[in-house]
Amino acid sequence: MSDFDFSVIAANWAFLAEGLRYTLQVTVTAMLGGILIGTLLALMRLSSIVPLQWFAAGYVNVFRSVPLVQVILAFYLIIPLVLQMITGKSTPIGAANSAYFTFTIFEAAYYSEIMRSGIQSIPKGQIAAGYALGFTYGQTMRFVVLPQAFRNMLPVLLTQTIILFQDISLVYAIGATDFFGAADKITQRDLRPVEMYTTVAVVYFVICFTLSRLVKLLQSRIAIIR
Amino acid sequence: MNYHWDWMFFFQETDDGLKYYDWILSGLGWTTFVSLASLAVALILGSALGVMRTTPGRWLVGLGDAYVDLFRNIPLIVQLFMWFFVVPELVPENIGIWMKQDLPYFVTAIVGLGLYTAARIAEQVKAGINSLSRGQRNAGLALGFTEWQTYRYVRLPMAYRIVLPALTSEAMNIFKNSAVTYAVGILELYFQYKQIIEKTSQVLEITIVVTLAYFILAFVMNRILAFVEARTRVPGLIVGQKGGKGS
Repeated sequence: MSDFDFSVIAANWAFLAEGLRYTLQVTVTAMLGGILIGTLLALMRLSSIVPLQWFAAGYVNVFRSVPLVQVILAFYLIIPLVLQMITGKSTPIGAANSAYFTFTIFEAAYYSEIMRSGIQSIPKGQIAAGYALGFTYGQTMRFVVLPQAFRNMLPVLLTQTIILFQDISLVYAIGATDFFGAADKITQRDLRPVEMYTTVAVVYFVICFTLSRLVKLLQSRIAIIR
Repeated sequence: MNYHWDWMFFFQETDDGLKYYDWILSGLGWTTFVSLASLAVALILGSALGVMRTTPGRWLVGLGDAYVDLFRNIPLIVQLFMWFFVVPELVPENIGIWMKQDLPYFVTAIVGLGLYTAARIAEQVKAGINSLSRGQRNAGLALGFTEWQTYRYVRLPMAYRIVLPALTSEAMNIFKNSAVTYAVGILELYFQYKQIIEKTSQVLEITIVVTLAYFILAFVMNRILAFVEARTRVPGLIVGQKGGKGS
Protein backbone atom coordinates (compact mmCIF):
# COMPACT_ATOMS: atom_id res chain seq x y z
CA MET A 1 0.00 0.00 0.00
CA SER A 2 1.48 3.28 -1.11
CA ASP A 3 1.43 6.36 1.06
CA PHE A 4 -1.22 8.89 0.32
CA ASP A 5 -0.11 12.06 -1.36
CA PHE A 6 -2.96 14.46 -1.81
CA SER A 7 -0.64 17.13 -3.17
CA VAL A 8 -1.55 15.73 -6.58
CA ILE A 9 -5.01 17.23 -6.06
CA ALA A 10 -3.64 20.62 -5.04
CA ALA A 11 -1.30 20.66 -8.03
CA ASN A 12 -4.10 19.95 -10.48
CA TRP A 13 -7.10 21.63 -8.94
CA ALA A 14 -7.49 24.15 -11.78
CA PHE A 15 -7.74 21.36 -14.35
CA LEU A 16 -10.27 19.51 -12.17
CA ALA A 17 -12.32 22.67 -11.63
CA GLU A 18 -12.36 23.22 -15.38
CA GLY A 19 -13.71 19.67 -15.79
CA LEU A 20 -16.36 20.25 -13.14
CA ARG A 21 -17.40 23.46 -14.90
CA TYR A 22 -17.87 21.55 -18.16
CA THR A 23 -19.93 18.89 -16.33
CA LEU A 24 -22.17 21.60 -14.86
CA GLN A 25 -22.55 23.37 -18.21
CA VAL A 26 -23.63 20.18 -19.98
CA THR A 27 -25.98 19.37 -17.08
CA VAL A 28 -27.72 22.75 -17.20
CA THR A 29 -27.94 22.80 -21.02
CA ALA A 30 -29.32 19.27 -21.21
CA MET A 31 -31.74 19.97 -18.36
CA LEU A 32 -33.24 23.08 -19.98
CA GLY A 33 -33.21 21.69 -23.52
CA GLY A 34 -34.35 18.27 -22.36
CA ILE A 35 -37.31 19.60 -20.38
CA LEU A 36 -38.34 21.79 -23.32
CA ILE A 37 -38.17 19.00 -25.90
CA GLY A 38 -39.51 16.51 -23.36
CA THR A 39 -42.60 18.66 -22.73
CA LEU A 40 -43.24 18.91 -26.47
CA LEU A 41 -42.87 15.12 -26.76
CA ALA A 42 -45.29 14.62 -23.86
CA LEU A 43 -47.85 16.89 -25.53
CA MET A 44 -47.41 14.97 -28.80
CA ARG A 45 -47.85 11.66 -27.02
CA LEU A 46 -51.08 12.88 -25.40
CA SER A 47 -52.41 14.61 -28.50
CA SER A 48 -55.22 13.17 -30.60
CA ILE A 49 -53.12 13.12 -33.76
CA VAL A 50 -52.00 9.53 -34.22
CA PRO A 51 -48.73 10.06 -36.19
CA LEU A 52 -47.56 12.47 -33.49
CA GLN A 53 -48.35 9.89 -30.81
CA TRP A 54 -46.35 7.30 -32.71
CA PHE A 55 -43.41 9.58 -33.21
CA ALA A 56 -43.25 10.54 -29.52
CA ALA A 57 -43.72 6.94 -28.35
CA GLY A 58 -41.03 5.71 -30.74
CA TYR A 59 -38.60 8.43 -29.68
CA VAL A 60 -39.04 7.71 -25.99
CA ASN A 61 -38.90 3.93 -26.35
CA VAL A 62 -35.78 3.93 -28.52
CA PHE A 63 -33.79 6.21 -26.25
CA ARG A 64 -34.94 4.48 -23.11
CA SER A 65 -33.85 1.04 -24.27
CA VAL A 66 -30.32 1.94 -25.40
CA PRO A 67 -27.34 2.38 -23.06
CA LEU A 68 -26.30 6.01 -22.72
CA VAL A 69 -22.62 5.25 -23.49
CA GLN A 70 -23.67 3.82 -26.83
CA VAL A 71 -25.72 6.90 -27.69
CA ILE A 72 -22.81 9.16 -26.71
CA LEU A 73 -20.42 7.38 -29.06
CA ALA A 74 -22.98 6.95 -31.85
CA PHE A 75 -23.96 10.64 -31.87
CA TYR A 76 -20.34 11.72 -31.70
CA LEU A 77 -19.68 9.77 -34.90
CA ILE A 78 -23.00 10.28 -36.68
CA ILE A 79 -23.53 14.04 -36.17
CA PRO A 80 -20.55 14.94 -38.43
CA LEU A 81 -21.93 12.56 -41.09
CA VAL A 82 -25.31 14.26 -40.99
CA LEU A 83 -23.77 17.75 -41.00
CA GLN A 84 -21.71 16.77 -44.00
CA MET A 85 -24.83 15.60 -45.76
CA ILE A 86 -26.55 18.92 -45.10
CA THR A 87 -23.74 21.39 -45.65
CA GLY A 88 -21.71 19.36 -48.12
CA LYS A 89 -18.42 19.97 -46.36
CA SER A 90 -16.80 18.17 -43.49
CA THR A 91 -17.46 19.89 -40.16
CA PRO A 92 -15.81 18.16 -37.20
CA ILE A 93 -17.57 19.34 -34.04
CA GLY A 94 -15.45 17.67 -31.37
CA ALA A 95 -16.27 15.45 -28.42
CA ALA A 96 -16.94 18.26 -25.96
CA ASN A 97 -19.55 19.92 -28.20
CA SER A 98 -21.31 16.77 -29.32
CA ALA A 99 -22.05 15.90 -25.67
CA TYR A 100 -24.28 19.00 -25.29
CA PHE A 101 -26.41 17.78 -28.16
CA THR A 102 -26.41 14.10 -27.15
CA PHE A 103 -27.46 14.70 -23.57
CA THR A 104 -30.22 17.14 -24.56
CA ILE A 105 -31.72 14.67 -27.04
CA PHE A 106 -31.25 11.66 -24.76
CA GLU A 107 -32.58 13.24 -21.57
CA ALA A 108 -35.62 14.61 -23.43
CA ALA A 109 -36.92 11.03 -23.55
CA TYR A 110 -36.71 10.71 -19.77
CA TYR A 111 -38.06 14.20 -19.02
CA SER A 112 -40.91 13.55 -21.44
CA GLU A 113 -42.11 10.56 -19.40
CA ILE A 114 -42.03 12.70 -16.25
CA MET A 115 -43.97 15.52 -17.91
CA ARG A 116 -46.45 13.05 -19.34
CA SER A 117 -47.34 11.70 -15.93
CA GLY A 118 -47.42 15.29 -14.64
CA ILE A 119 -49.92 16.31 -17.32
CA GLN A 120 -51.98 13.17 -16.76
CA SER A 121 -52.18 13.93 -13.04
CA ILE A 122 -54.12 17.14 -13.77
CA PRO A 123 -57.89 16.56 -13.45
CA LYS A 124 -59.77 16.64 -16.77
CA GLY A 125 -62.03 19.35 -15.34
CA GLN A 126 -59.11 21.78 -15.52
CA ILE A 127 -58.86 21.36 -19.28
CA ALA A 128 -62.62 21.61 -19.67
CA ALA A 129 -62.54 24.78 -17.58
CA GLY A 130 -59.86 26.24 -19.86
CA TYR A 131 -61.94 25.56 -22.96
CA ALA A 132 -65.06 26.90 -21.23
CA LEU A 133 -63.21 30.17 -20.66
CA GLY A 134 -62.66 30.35 -24.42
CA PHE A 135 -58.98 29.38 -24.31
CA THR A 136 -57.51 27.63 -27.32
CA TYR A 137 -55.65 24.33 -26.88
CA GLY A 138 -52.36 26.21 -26.72
CA GLN A 139 -53.64 28.66 -24.14
CA THR A 140 -55.16 25.91 -21.99
CA MET A 141 -51.84 24.10 -21.92
CA ARG A 142 -49.76 27.22 -21.48
CA PHE A 143 -51.81 28.89 -18.72
CA VAL A 144 -53.68 26.07 -16.99
CA VAL A 145 -52.22 22.59 -17.41
CA LEU A 146 -48.46 22.94 -17.86
CA PRO A 147 -47.78 25.29 -14.91
CA GLN A 148 -49.49 22.83 -12.56
CA ALA A 149 -47.92 19.76 -14.15
CA PHE A 150 -44.53 21.37 -13.97
CA ARG A 151 -44.91 22.29 -10.32
CA ASN A 152 -46.20 18.88 -9.29
CA MET A 153 -43.33 17.20 -11.09
CA LEU A 154 -40.58 19.60 -10.02
CA PRO A 155 -39.02 17.22 -7.46
CA VAL A 156 -38.99 14.37 -9.98
CA LEU A 157 -37.53 16.61 -12.69
CA LEU A 158 -34.77 17.68 -10.29
CA THR A 159 -34.06 14.10 -9.22
CA GLN A 160 -33.67 13.19 -12.89
CA THR A 161 -31.28 16.13 -13.22
CA ILE A 162 -29.11 14.75 -10.42
CA ILE A 163 -28.95 11.45 -12.33
CA LEU A 164 -28.06 13.44 -15.45
CA PHE A 165 -25.27 15.21 -13.56
CA GLN A 166 -23.79 11.82 -12.64
CA ASP A 167 -24.29 10.45 -16.14
CA ILE A 168 -22.14 13.18 -17.71
CA SER A 169 -19.19 11.09 -16.44
CA LEU A 170 -19.90 8.71 -19.35
CA VAL A 171 -18.39 11.18 -21.85
CA TYR A 172 -15.31 9.19 -20.83
CA ALA A 173 -16.33 7.04 -23.81
CA ILE A 174 -15.43 9.80 -26.29
CA GLY A 175 -12.56 11.27 -24.30
CA ALA A 176 -14.16 14.61 -23.42
CA THR A 177 -12.74 16.32 -20.33
CA ASP A 178 -15.56 16.47 -17.84
CA PHE A 179 -14.88 16.25 -14.09
CA PHE A 180 -14.23 12.51 -14.15
CA GLY A 181 -12.41 12.75 -17.49
CA ALA A 182 -10.09 15.40 -16.05
CA ALA A 183 -9.31 13.20 -13.05
CA ASP A 184 -8.70 10.24 -15.32
CA LYS A 185 -6.31 12.17 -17.53
CA ILE A 186 -4.30 13.36 -14.52
CA THR A 187 -4.20 9.77 -13.27
CA GLN A 188 -2.78 8.55 -16.56
CA ARG A 189 0.02 11.09 -16.22
CA ASP A 190 0.76 11.22 -12.48
CA LEU A 191 -0.21 7.62 -11.60
CA ARG A 192 -1.98 8.48 -8.34
CA PRO A 193 -5.28 6.63 -8.86
CA VAL A 194 -6.11 6.26 -5.16
CA GLU A 195 -6.00 9.97 -4.33
CA MET A 196 -7.56 11.03 -7.62
CA TYR A 197 -10.52 8.66 -7.87
CA THR A 198 -11.26 8.96 -4.16
CA THR A 199 -11.41 12.74 -4.46
CA VAL A 200 -13.72 12.46 -7.47
CA ALA A 201 -16.02 10.05 -5.63
CA VAL A 202 -16.14 12.31 -2.56
CA VAL A 203 -16.89 15.43 -4.61
CA TYR A 204 -19.64 13.68 -6.57
CA PHE A 205 -21.08 12.32 -3.34
CA VAL A 206 -21.11 15.68 -1.54
CA ILE A 207 -22.74 17.49 -4.47
CA CYS A 208 -25.36 14.84 -5.25
CA PHE A 209 -26.16 14.07 -1.62
CA THR A 210 -26.68 17.76 -0.82
CA LEU A 211 -28.85 18.28 -3.91
CA SER A 212 -30.97 15.20 -3.23
CA ARG A 213 -31.58 16.37 0.34
CA LEU A 214 -32.63 19.78 -0.99
CA VAL A 215 -35.03 18.09 -3.41
CA LYS A 216 -36.52 16.14 -0.49
CA LEU A 217 -37.00 19.39 1.41
CA LEU A 218 -38.65 20.98 -1.63
CA GLN A 219 -40.89 17.95 -1.99
CA SER A 220 -42.24 18.30 1.53
CA ARG A 221 -42.73 22.04 0.99
CA ILE A 222 -44.69 21.57 -2.22
CA ALA A 223 -46.75 18.85 -0.60
CA ILE A 224 -47.84 21.25 2.14
CA ILE A 225 -48.75 24.10 -0.23
CA ARG A 226 -50.84 21.76 -2.34
CA MET B 1 -24.09 11.83 -48.66
CA ASN B 2 -21.10 9.72 -49.44
CA TYR B 3 -21.62 7.17 -46.67
CA HIS B 4 -20.97 3.72 -48.04
CA TRP B 5 -23.59 1.25 -46.80
CA ASP B 6 -22.30 -2.27 -46.53
CA TRP B 7 -24.39 -4.78 -44.63
CA MET B 8 -22.23 -7.69 -45.68
CA PHE B 9 -19.26 -6.66 -43.57
CA PHE B 10 -20.75 -8.58 -40.63
CA PHE B 11 -19.72 -11.75 -42.47
CA GLN B 12 -16.19 -10.59 -43.17
CA GLU B 13 -13.33 -12.21 -41.39
CA THR B 14 -11.55 -10.30 -38.60
CA ASP B 15 -7.88 -10.40 -37.58
CA ASP B 16 -8.50 -13.21 -35.13
CA GLY B 17 -10.09 -15.46 -37.74
CA LEU B 18 -13.62 -14.97 -36.46
CA LYS B 19 -16.29 -13.01 -38.29
CA TYR B 20 -17.67 -9.67 -37.09
CA TYR B 21 -20.99 -11.22 -36.19
CA ASP B 22 -19.07 -13.59 -33.89
CA TRP B 23 -17.77 -10.57 -32.01
CA ILE B 24 -21.31 -9.29 -31.60
CA LEU B 25 -22.57 -12.66 -30.39
CA SER B 26 -19.72 -12.99 -27.91
CA GLY B 27 -20.42 -9.44 -26.68
CA LEU B 28 -24.07 -10.32 -26.33
CA GLY B 29 -23.09 -13.36 -24.24
CA TRP B 30 -20.93 -11.30 -21.90
CA THR B 31 -23.58 -8.61 -21.56
CA THR B 32 -26.17 -11.22 -20.63
CA PHE B 33 -23.85 -13.00 -18.21
CA VAL B 34 -22.61 -9.86 -16.44
CA SER B 35 -26.13 -8.40 -16.24
CA LEU B 36 -27.80 -11.51 -14.86
CA ALA B 37 -25.01 -12.18 -12.36
CA SER B 38 -25.10 -8.54 -11.19
CA LEU B 39 -28.86 -8.74 -10.94
CA ALA B 40 -28.53 -11.77 -8.65
CA VAL B 41 -26.06 -9.90 -6.41
CA ALA B 42 -28.31 -6.83 -6.43
CA LEU B 43 -31.48 -8.75 -5.60
CA ILE B 44 -29.94 -10.58 -2.65
CA LEU B 45 -28.15 -7.58 -1.16
CA GLY B 46 -30.92 -5.13 -2.10
CA SER B 47 -33.55 -7.28 -0.41
CA ALA B 48 -31.45 -7.57 2.75
CA LEU B 49 -30.93 -3.79 2.80
CA GLY B 50 -34.59 -3.10 2.06
CA VAL B 51 -35.66 -5.32 4.95
CA MET B 52 -33.07 -3.74 7.27
CA ARG B 53 -34.51 -0.31 6.55
CA THR B 54 -37.99 -1.36 7.69
CA THR B 55 -36.97 -3.04 10.97
CA PRO B 56 -37.45 -1.37 14.36
CA GLY B 57 -33.66 -1.47 14.93
CA ARG B 58 -32.31 2.04 14.64
CA TRP B 59 -28.78 0.95 13.77
CA LEU B 60 -29.97 -1.35 11.03
CA VAL B 61 -32.10 1.40 9.51
CA GLY B 62 -29.21 3.85 9.69
CA LEU B 63 -26.81 1.42 8.09
CA GLY B 64 -29.26 0.63 5.28
CA ASP B 65 -29.98 4.31 4.65
CA ALA B 66 -26.27 5.14 4.60
CA TYR B 67 -25.61 2.40 2.04
CA VAL B 68 -28.33 3.66 -0.27
CA ASP B 69 -27.16 7.28 0.03
CA LEU B 70 -23.56 6.32 -0.66
CA PHE B 71 -24.18 4.11 -3.68
CA ARG B 72 -26.80 6.31 -5.31
CA ASN B 73 -24.80 9.52 -5.20
CA ILE B 74 -21.64 8.40 -6.98
CA PRO B 75 -21.66 7.72 -10.75
CA LEU B 76 -21.40 4.06 -11.77
CA ILE B 77 -18.19 4.52 -13.74
CA VAL B 78 -16.51 6.14 -10.72
CA GLN B 79 -17.68 3.28 -8.50
CA LEU B 80 -16.25 0.72 -10.92
CA PHE B 81 -12.92 2.56 -11.02
CA MET B 82 -12.90 2.61 -7.22
CA TRP B 83 -13.33 -1.19 -7.10
CA PHE B 84 -10.62 -1.73 -9.69
CA PHE B 85 -7.98 0.87 -8.87
CA VAL B 86 -8.56 2.16 -5.32
CA VAL B 87 -9.91 -0.69 -3.19
CA PRO B 88 -6.96 -3.06 -3.97
CA GLU B 89 -4.60 -0.37 -2.61
CA LEU B 90 -6.58 0.17 0.58
CA VAL B 91 -7.02 -3.44 1.70
CA PRO B 92 -4.13 -5.41 3.29
CA GLU B 93 -1.31 -5.89 0.81
CA ASN B 94 -1.71 -9.63 0.14
CA ILE B 95 -5.44 -9.29 -0.54
CA GLY B 96 -4.74 -6.30 -2.79
CA ILE B 97 -2.24 -8.30 -4.85
CA TRP B 98 -4.70 -11.18 -5.11
CA MET B 99 -7.42 -8.76 -6.30
CA LYS B 100 -5.11 -7.33 -8.94
CA GLN B 101 -3.55 -10.56 -10.17
CA ASP B 102 -5.81 -13.54 -9.56
CA LEU B 103 -9.35 -12.26 -9.23
CA PRO B 104 -10.97 -12.33 -12.71
CA TYR B 105 -11.99 -8.91 -14.05
CA PHE B 106 -15.56 -9.93 -14.55
CA VAL B 107 -16.02 -10.85 -10.88
CA THR B 108 -14.99 -7.36 -9.77
CA ALA B 109 -17.23 -5.82 -12.45
CA ILE B 110 -20.20 -7.97 -11.41
CA VAL B 111 -19.71 -7.06 -7.75
CA GLY B 112 -19.40 -3.36 -8.67
CA LEU B 113 -22.51 -3.30 -10.84
CA GLY B 114 -24.37 -5.49 -8.33
CA LEU B 115 -23.60 -3.24 -5.35
CA TYR B 116 -24.58 -0.18 -7.38
CA THR B 117 -27.93 -1.70 -8.38
CA ALA B 118 -28.56 -3.07 -4.86
CA ALA B 119 -29.12 0.49 -3.63
CA ARG B 120 -31.94 0.89 -6.16
CA ILE B 121 -33.46 -2.50 -5.36
CA ALA B 122 -33.31 -1.65 -1.65
CA GLU B 123 -35.44 1.44 -2.31
CA GLN B 124 -38.07 -0.63 -4.11
CA VAL B 125 -38.15 -3.40 -1.51
CA LYS B 126 -38.46 -0.88 1.30
CA ALA B 127 -41.29 0.91 -0.52
CA GLY B 128 -43.04 -2.43 -1.06
CA ILE B 129 -42.82 -3.44 2.60
CA ASN B 130 -43.94 -0.01 3.77
CA SER B 131 -46.95 -0.09 1.46
CA LEU B 132 -48.39 -3.03 3.41
CA SER B 133 -50.81 -2.23 6.18
CA ARG B 134 -49.47 -2.51 9.72
CA GLY B 135 -52.09 -5.17 10.40
CA GLN B 136 -50.15 -7.66 8.29
CA ARG B 137 -47.20 -7.61 10.67
CA ASN B 138 -49.44 -7.52 13.72
CA ALA B 139 -51.44 -10.48 12.46
CA GLY B 140 -48.21 -12.39 11.95
CA LEU B 141 -46.99 -11.57 15.45
CA ALA B 142 -50.39 -12.50 16.90
CA LEU B 143 -50.08 -15.92 15.26
CA GLY B 144 -46.86 -16.39 17.20
CA PHE B 145 -44.47 -15.65 14.34
CA THR B 146 -41.14 -14.10 15.20
CA GLU B 147 -40.27 -10.76 13.61
CA TRP B 148 -38.20 -12.59 11.00
CA GLN B 149 -41.03 -15.05 10.28
CA THR B 150 -43.45 -12.17 9.60
CA TYR B 151 -41.01 -11.05 6.89
CA ARG B 152 -40.46 -14.51 5.49
CA TYR B 153 -44.07 -15.73 5.40
CA VAL B 154 -46.24 -12.60 5.44
CA ARG B 155 -44.65 -9.36 4.37
CA LEU B 156 -41.98 -10.21 1.78
CA PRO B 157 -44.22 -12.46 -0.34
CA MET B 158 -46.65 -9.54 -0.63
CA ALA B 159 -44.02 -6.85 -0.99
CA TYR B 160 -42.24 -8.58 -3.87
CA ARG B 161 -45.46 -8.95 -5.80
CA ILE B 162 -46.30 -5.29 -5.30
CA VAL B 163 -42.91 -3.99 -6.45
CA LEU B 164 -42.43 -6.47 -9.28
CA PRO B 165 -43.17 -3.84 -11.98
CA ALA B 166 -40.50 -1.58 -10.46
CA LEU B 167 -38.08 -4.49 -10.20
CA THR B 168 -38.78 -5.25 -13.86
CA SER B 169 -37.56 -1.84 -14.88
CA GLU B 170 -34.45 -2.23 -12.68
CA ALA B 171 -33.78 -5.58 -14.35
CA MET B 172 -34.01 -3.86 -17.73
CA ASN B 173 -31.78 -1.01 -16.56
CA ILE B 174 -29.04 -3.39 -15.50
CA PHE B 175 -28.58 -4.54 -19.11
CA LYS B 176 -28.05 -0.93 -20.16
CA ASN B 177 -25.80 -0.17 -17.20
CA SER B 178 -23.68 -3.22 -17.92
CA ALA B 179 -22.37 -1.33 -20.97
CA VAL B 180 -20.32 0.83 -18.60
CA THR B 181 -18.24 -2.21 -17.57
CA TYR B 182 -16.42 -1.92 -20.91
CA ALA B 183 -14.37 0.81 -19.17
CA VAL B 184 -12.86 -1.79 -16.83
CA GLY B 185 -12.10 -4.28 -19.57
CA ILE B 186 -15.20 -6.45 -19.90
CA LEU B 187 -15.58 -7.54 -23.52
CA GLU B 188 -19.35 -7.05 -23.56
CA LEU B 189 -21.60 -5.80 -26.35
CA TYR B 190 -20.69 -2.12 -26.13
CA PHE B 191 -16.98 -2.96 -26.11
CA GLN B 192 -17.44 -4.98 -29.31
CA TYR B 193 -19.51 -2.15 -30.80
CA LYS B 194 -16.68 0.30 -30.17
CA GLN B 195 -14.09 -2.13 -31.49
CA ILE B 196 -16.01 -2.90 -34.67
CA ILE B 197 -16.42 0.83 -35.38
CA GLU B 198 -12.68 1.31 -34.98
CA LYS B 199 -11.95 -1.56 -37.39
CA THR B 200 -14.58 -0.98 -40.07
CA SER B 201 -16.00 2.57 -39.76
CA GLN B 202 -19.45 1.15 -40.69
CA VAL B 203 -20.99 3.26 -37.92
CA LEU B 204 -24.60 3.25 -39.08
CA GLU B 205 -25.01 -0.49 -39.72
CA ILE B 206 -23.41 -1.53 -36.45
CA THR B 207 -25.34 1.14 -34.49
CA ILE B 208 -28.61 -0.20 -35.88
CA VAL B 209 -27.68 -3.80 -35.09
CA VAL B 210 -26.42 -3.14 -31.55
CA THR B 211 -29.38 -0.89 -30.76
CA LEU B 212 -31.70 -3.68 -31.85
CA ALA B 213 -29.74 -6.16 -29.73
CA TYR B 214 -30.18 -4.03 -26.59
CA PHE B 215 -33.81 -3.53 -27.50
CA ILE B 216 -34.34 -7.29 -27.73
CA LEU B 217 -32.53 -7.94 -24.43
CA ALA B 218 -34.76 -5.42 -22.65
CA PHE B 219 -37.85 -6.82 -24.32
CA VAL B 220 -37.07 -10.44 -23.42
CA MET B 221 -36.37 -9.47 -19.81
CA ASN B 222 -39.64 -7.55 -19.72
CA ARG B 223 -41.65 -10.51 -21.09
CA ILE B 224 -40.06 -12.98 -18.67
CA LEU B 225 -40.89 -10.81 -15.69
CA ALA B 226 -44.39 -10.07 -17.00
CA PHE B 227 -44.88 -13.83 -17.07
CA VAL B 228 -43.63 -14.12 -13.48
CA GLU B 229 -45.94 -11.28 -12.54
CA ALA B 230 -48.95 -13.00 -14.09
CA ARG B 231 -48.12 -16.29 -12.38
CA THR B 232 -47.60 -14.81 -8.92
CA ARG B 233 -50.56 -12.45 -8.99
CA VAL B 234 -52.55 -12.33 -5.76
CA PRO B 235 -56.25 -12.74 -6.60
CA GLY B 236 -58.28 -9.73 -5.60
CA LEU B 237 -55.30 -7.47 -5.04
CA ILE B 238 -55.67 -4.34 -7.13
CA VAL B 239 -51.96 -3.53 -7.17
CA GLY B 240 -50.14 -5.74 -9.60
CA GLN B 241 -53.15 -6.54 -11.73
CA LYS B 242 -51.76 -4.47 -14.55
CA GLY B 243 -48.22 -3.51 -15.35
CA GLY B 244 -45.08 -5.28 -16.39
CA LYS B 245 -45.32 -3.29 -19.59
CA GLY B 246 -43.13 -0.80 -17.69
CA SER B 247 -40.16 1.19 -18.79
